Amino acid sequence: MSEALVASQAAGTDISVPAGSGARQFWRRLRAQRAALVAAVVVALLVLVALAAPLLTAIEGQDPFTYHPSLIDSARGGVPTGSFGGITGGHWLGVEPQTGRDLFARLAYGARVSLGVALGATVVQVTIGVVIGVAAALGSRWVDQLLSRITDIIVAMPLMIMSLALLAIVPSSFPRPLLVALVIGLIAWGNIAKIVRAQTLTLKELDYVSAARLSGWGTWRIARRELLPGLAAPVITYAALLVPINISTEAALSFLGVGVKPPTPSWGQMLTAADVWYQAAPQYLLLPAGALFVTVLALTVLGDGIRTALDPRAASRLRIGTGRKREAKADASGKKVAVDASGKNFAADADSGRSTLDPSIKTIKSADANGEKEDPA
Amino acid sequence: MSGFGGFVLRRGIGTVITLLAISVIVYVVFFVTPGNVAQITCGPRCSPEQVHQVAQQLRLDDPLYLRYWHFLQGILVGQDYSTGTSVEHCSAPCLGLSYQGDQQVTQLILAKLPVSLSLVFGAMVLWLIFGVGTGVLSAWRRGRFTERLLTGITLAGVATPVFVIGLVLMIVVCGQLQLLPFPQYVSLTDDPEQWAWNLLLPWLSLALIEAAAFARLTRASMLETLAEDHIRTFRAYGVGERSIIGRHALRGAFAPIIALNANNVGSAVGGAVLTETLFGLPGIGQELVHAVNVVDLPVVVGMVLVIGFFVVIANAVADVLYAVADRRVVLA
Amino acid sequence: MSQVNSSVEGSMDVLVEVTDLTVGFGSLRAVDGLSFRLEKGAALGLVGESGSGKSTVASALLGLHRGTGADVGGSVRVAGIDVQEASDADLHRLRGGKAAMVFQDPLSSLDPYYAIGDQIAEVYRVHARVSRRAARARAVEVLDRVGIPDALRRSRSRPHEFSGGMRQRALIAMALACEPDLLIADEPTTALDVTVQAQILDLLHTLREETGLGLLLVTHDVGVAAESVDEILVMRHGRAVEHGPVDTVLGAPTEPYTRDLLGAVPRVDVPRAPSEASSAAQEVVLEATGLRREFGRGKRALAAVDDVSLTIHRGETLGIVGESGSGKTTLGRMLVGLLKPTAGEIKPGGGVRPDVQMVFQDPVSSLNPRRSVGESIADPLRARGERDEESIRGRVRELLERVGLEGAHYDRYPHEFSGGQRQRVGIARALAADPRVIVCDEPVSALDVTTQAQVVALLGELQRELGLALVFVAHDLAVVRQVSDRVAVMRRGRIVEQGPADEVYDAPQDPYTKQLLAAVPALDPQVAARRRAARRELATT
Repeated sequence: MSEALVASQAAGTDISVPAGSGARQFWRRLRAQRAALVAAVVVALLVLVALAAPLLTAIEGQDPFTYHPSLIDSARGGVPTGSFGGITGGHWLGVEPQTGRDLFARLAYGARVSLGVALGATVVQVTIGVVIGVAAALGSRWVDQLLSRITDIIVAMPLMIMSLALLAIVPSSFPRPLLVALVIGLIAWGNIAKIVRAQTLTLKELDYVSAARLSGWGTWRIARRELLPGLAAPVITYAALLVPINISTEAALSFLGVGVKPPTPSWGQMLTAADVWYQAAPQYLLLPAGALFVTVLALTVLGDGIRTALDPRAASRLRIGTGRKREAKADASGKKVAVDASGKNFAADADSGRSTLDPSIKTIKSADANGEKEDPA
Repeated sequence: MSGFGGFVLRRGIGTVITLLAISVIVYVVFFVTPGNVAQITCGPRCSPEQVHQVAQQLRLDDPLYLRYWHFLQGILVGQDYSTGTSVEHCSAPCLGLSYQGDQQVTQLILAKLPVSLSLVFGAMVLWLIFGVGTGVLSAWRRGRFTERLLTGITLAGVATPVFVIGLVLMIVVCGQLQLLPFPQYVSLTDDPEQWAWNLLLPWLSLALIEAAAFARLTRASMLETLAEDHIRTFRAYGVGERSIIGRHALRGAFAPIIALNANNVGSAVGGAVLTETLFGLPGIGQELVHAVNVVDLPVVVGMVLVIGFFVVIANAVADVLYAVADRRVVLA
Repeated sequence: MSQVNSSVEGSMDVLVEVTDLTVGFGSLRAVDGLSFRLEKGAALGLVGESGSGKSTVASALLGLHRGTGADVGGSVRVAGIDVQEASDADLHRLRGGKAAMVFQDPLSSLDPYYAIGDQIAEVYRVHARVSRRAARARAVEVLDRVGIPDALRRSRSRPHEFSGGMRQRALIAMALACEPDLLIADEPTTALDVTVQAQILDLLHTLREETGLGLLLVTHDVGVAAESVDEILVMRHGRAVEHGPVDTVLGAPTEPYTRDLLGAVPRVDVPRAPSEASSAAQEVVLEATGLRREFGRGKRALAAVDDVSLTIHRGETLGIVGESGSGKTTLGRMLVGLLKPTAGEIKPGGGVRPDVQMVFQDPVSSLNPRRSVGESIADPLRARGERDEESIRGRVRELLERVGLEGAHYDRYPHEFSGGQRQRVGIARALAADPRVIVCDEPVSALDVTTQAQVVALLGELQRELGLALVFVAHDLAVVRQVSDRVAVMRRGRIVEQGPADEVYDAPQDPYTKQLLAAVPALDPQVAARRRAARRELATT
């Protein structure tokens, strides 16, 4: 629900890789944040549960589809018999009201659906976004205009509404979870395309890319070897924060009855009628709601941690408010506000009306032994 | 300032193009679906004659562009429909007739619009005040306990799905504590006080999530601004911390806040759908969900268009406001 | 807490008294035991290369390290106030009221969202209890004082609507607003063109004459300091190396570091040592005719380069000198094939060719940070189709040694090297393509003066050894003189003067060239005074 927030934060990622060979430094920094570590453990557990759902339910001896009418008191409207909503050795978390289906099994399989759909949607979004973003940045002006216009239209489409409507018209013979993932993915790739385009435009202007051209390499090879690695950081950051958003979206759609349809379990779907049961069987409401909350929270914290690990300078600014560098920013409409590696803002420099491509601006200072550019102050 | 005027003009033209494009896409996607449109809309229990009748009414024999043209015509100047016995005129903007009972879609939407608008705008006021306020507070008290507490709360807020908060609020406030009755919509014109009281819980559930996102963004933007060079200049001249935060750091956050709000109108609309469904408010969102469930295509298309229209306009307004907040964008 | 201890006689004449100042950031000691005094109305230059700690000292004078977690030791007294011990209120009074700071980059140092007049007014109202209207009037007054034309209207403009020089004037105006006793200028002209720099320095000079303002000037450019101050303190690694009157320190330096520093500074009035193979009779390796490059479309099209023709001969260095906006970088990129000219032609060919390579300006962005330097250098070889790993490695090692690095550095990453070393890597990469011409786009402007001299020497060596032609594009007239056989002066996209270096520098014909030369800061105060007079004269013609 807060895509632009994510967009604006992800877009602030620094383009020049900080000291240390990328991957190792990244893991080190990630491990240094306790909150992110805890979140990572939680996420790992969830993934484990999702993957091992069939195994776990087999141990329990249940499955998410079988109705158990004997465990329901239909006289009282379908309330589960037994204490705590029907928790027994055979039903670890009780049973669902009205149907008697095993709650644990439904939750475990629900985890699969939630995570799977969210991941699938993210993959679709990232793929389309990167392709379009790079094509727009590297293509001719005409291509850029066209693709940017298309991206603007996609960004303007309200996600929930369009998903709702699209999900309505596709016949139910099509596998539903896959459909939900596709629909979300196809509607929500706009922001990431903008970020990718802005970042690629900035990277394109870097001297080492020009040097690669002078060496004799062609556009495709340069895109692959020089530009794509530079995109890794913002794309990963954004994708990490997209996953929890997609989980929420799928849950919302299922809640409304248009997403994942019964009998396939989904956490959001389980909440559709849950409010009625909160007195008699509170866990029917609390468990899926809690699961959603914990999952989205853990993923968001992990995403924050990944962002910090990829761009420690931005993070230290967020902590204390020190440091000077300004990074390449994509503003609200993805317009390029070009910045060179030393942080000078071209587009805002109205000096003699020269084009933003002429970097004949003097740079600040010299580099000392560590390659640091400015005096510490 | 001709530069600015030109900017507004360009955005205006862009908006119109975007709207047209959306209408084309929406129309094509929905009325050119795999499978038989007529069959879908009529339902599985229709007889072949009924399906044929629906197909006729939808003018499915006409080529696609002609159908779209009729559709566009309807929106711009109105259309006439025959209901078998008489001819009904559907004035502009005509979005077709609902499959359930031949009601004019436009009328339907207009009837439900006030509810949704009340919900979204009321929530917007709340989320802007709370969100930005919390963000400023976090930035001001950075490094201290207050900030960490607020950061934790906003994080939790961002992580909670809208309908979960709504559910929890409803259960706790109405069910357990019985502070408020379960909301029932009362029109603003009928009874303003009741209107506000009944909308309070829906407003809160919609606003809290967005407020959390705003709080995070405002804090991040302000902290980023605080790290910039011009803040150092004012500190070097003895300007007090309060002025620095309130005048300079906050100003730097305006543009991103506006940008986020634009984007949030879109997601808030989605949240509104959920909230309406949850609290049973008779707004556009609830109607849309219903229409989707019965596959009432004209209603679905009509609503998607109207909502899309609002979102596009909101984005365009936000773009202009953004340019006002940050003049440098106009030059780019 | 403690305040002006009112030992009137002593503290009133001494503006700044620094005793044993140390500033540490974590494990890094930026300033290590520095002491000096500045009398009222006097001017001191803090000169040093990057990392010397000079900016840290300037910030310490205003207590700007307070609350940043820095470790500050020793004592700093400014205008009688002990900065370390002062209360927050006293500190706020000091900042701007007694001592005002002018920062390096005027664009980022001003709030982009508010009008300049409003920002100056805001600062003024911190120190004087006046109405908003009165404060704005004061803003207009000081803007006018620093030479901004149409001050009333311009006071309502935002920073990005001003040119670089105007912005710096506005910053100085802000400093003047509260009538401080001391002006601290931290690299005030580094981001400016040389002619604009001269104007700003002249302005500072005039202001000092008129108001008796004290000045602490922090700069890496010895010439800038020589022009503007009475005493110089040379800093290195946080310590004072040499301190004394300008004449003494620059004329007869006692410390070896100072001597090295001064030796490395390029002079604009010293001709280049004649090189053997620099006669124009050599074959032409690159020729450009009628080059033009436009940016933007339709009515808004601007010609960054307009009707430029050049010839470059084997074994010679052509210097292209100009200020920002002159189009020299665009020209360089066209020569190399990175930009296509809108009109005109280049012989032998207009596109990217291995013959013509480039050395870039910014050591940070010119090397891919994710690749080892060896791989970056090997790039042209691989692009050519070389597959044999052994031979590639061998060649790269050879090149690394050629440019003064070690073959073993192959697998190291750019961040492990200093700026100067990275430039050497860039040169090695350019050489890997076996070029006939290398276009150097501001190759040393991001480097310290001592490193600068080394890189320039390297380029000279390579040219002699390999018979390379060099095109040296730069804004620094002195450096260009040091390296070039022939020079072309560019202004607004056109070449205004071209010829053998000695002729252009010693006997300039074009008024713009004369203006440029008059603007270069001189190391000798007498020469400086002469140039200042010349500038004044040129300004009135």
